[in-house]
Amino acid sequence: MLKLENVSFEVDNEKEILKDVNLSIEKGKFVAITGPNGGGKSTLARVITGVVKPTKGKITFNGEDITNLGITERAQKGISFGFQQPIRFKGITVHALLNVAAGKDLSVAEASHYLSEVGLCAKDYINRELNAGLSGGEIKRIEIATVIARNTILSIFDEPEAGIDLWSFNHLIDVFKKMHSNKEVSIVIISHQERILDVADEIIAMVDGAIIKRGAKDSVLPELLHCEDPLNCLNCQDIVEA
Amino acid sequence: MNEMNDIAKQLLKEVSGLDELPKGAYNIRDNSKSVARQSSENIQIVGKEDKSGIDIIVKPNTKSENVYIPALVSCSGVHDLVYNDFYIGENADVKIIAGCGVSTGDSCDGSEHNGIHRFFLGKNSHVLYVEKHIGVGTGTGKRVIDPVTEVQQEEGSFMEMETTQIKGVDSTKRFTKAKLKANAKLVIKEKLMTHGDQFAESSFEVDMDGEDSSVNLISRSVAREHSKQTFISKINGNTRCMGHSECDAIIMDHGVVKAIPEITANSLDAMLIHEAAIGKIAGDQMIKLMTLGLTESEAEAKIIDGFLE
Repeated sequence: MLKLENVSFEVDNEKEILKDVNLSIEKGKFVAITGPNGGGKSTLARVITGVVKPTKGKITFNGEDITNLGITERAQKGISFGFQQPIRFKGITVHALLNVAAGKDLSVAEASHYLSEVGLCAKDYINRELNAGLSGGEIKRIEIATVIARNTILSIFDEPEAGIDLWSFNHLIDVFKKMHSNKEVSIVIISHQERILDVADEIIAMVDGAIIKRGAKDSVLPELLHCEDPLNCLNCQDIVEA
Repeated sequence: MNEMNDIAKQLLKEVSGLDELPKGAYNIRDNSKSVARQSSENIQIVGKEDKSGIDIIVKPNTKSENVYIPALVSCSGVHDLVYNDFYIGENADVKIIAGCGVSTGDSCDGSEHNGIHRFFLGKNSHVLYVEKHIGVGTGTGKRVIDPVTEVQQEEGSFMEMETTQIKGVDSTKRFTKAKLKANAKLVIKEKLMTHGDQFAESSFEVDMDGEDSSVNLISRSVAREHSKQTFISKINGNTRCMGHSECDAIIMDHGVVKAIPEITANSLDAMLIHEAAIGKIAGDQMIKLMTLGLTESEAEAKIIDGFLE
């Protein structure tokens, strides 16, 4: 479904944020990308969604070369993106943003459904503005609801767990499991959370702008953390959860 | 209504939502004269004898009634000046739908409407005042609206003003002055968009004289192309009171916005806040809406529409 070939991204012709990345995501797969901060994970998501253009390489989506397409065109072709830090808008309500995401005017019941999916009591939020009055956790869940409302064949989430309290976290996992039950759609989640890594089909480890390992969790984590038994190593747990 | 031309009827619809005469009290002014007027049992509208304008007298305890007082200038070369006084009885609760539409057609002669409004709110009364200003016409004649509003609020009264000027007015200088007694509350929400070479100035001067009075001034504006705006808010806290003013502006193209706050605490117990934020549309906001499938121009329109909603 999605293929990156020799994709690099440089800043000011000096610092290479992505180094010759080759990656393919198949239809129906749930892939988690993990690795230390500054490793290029968020830039990879931005390159796929068209927010930044790669300096080298080719991106193919559904067999079509989308390397030179802009954000809007990629979105319209079926790529969704949940931001790590959701954007606030003065005056735009939650309902209005969900309408934009769904590409149509949603009834109150339809919009409420998307909010319920992410564990928000719809009547308390549907008419609220997406302004500073919403907490980090609330706006993050609304961000995830917009991606669900888009219902596209590829959804990319950048650290969806950030800002979400532990109580809501279980619910969040269920949201991703439910999305994954549709075998027509692919999900890419950038995350440090072991429980998200647990539900993914595959894990990709990124370090210093390059993919160093791809595979099941048991094979990827030891290499990423330079530890033979990271799942039982307290030090590694701290690193993964950080 | 029959005396009104099509332009006046169109302006009336745009500023007040009316396409026929409303129920209850109303006064419709077109090209400096009243073309339709009606009082109700509780709301009396009387023409002034010494100058152009009307007195609107609301009986005490009147509940949930509307008053329509749109003013239209449907010809070019008109310079309209009107004095309207509103006397709101104790415990009354009314909605006043005002608004002004100025058209200069295809003429190069300008037209102007200057409304001088005075409000006297009785004890524990409540007024929701809704006002929309628009200008239309393809000629070079300037469309000018310079409203002056004075509000005097008795104890426990509550005045809400919602003013909107979105298009077509070349120049506007708005001055709003208010004096509040104990427990009186004033909320003003202003929405403004200018374009072309338009100029808009909105100036407020509020004195909170009574204990526990409060004011909240909220201005949201968009300045496009080569237009210029100035927002001046003077709030004087003369006793234990709460004052807040907020100027949020989006600038586009070569638009210029100036915000001048002046908050004065003349009492140790006055709590006054001013906030101003002026800037272009945030790039992240555009990116977010584009990732939802909107084009750049659709995203921009969505942000502006929401901001001025």
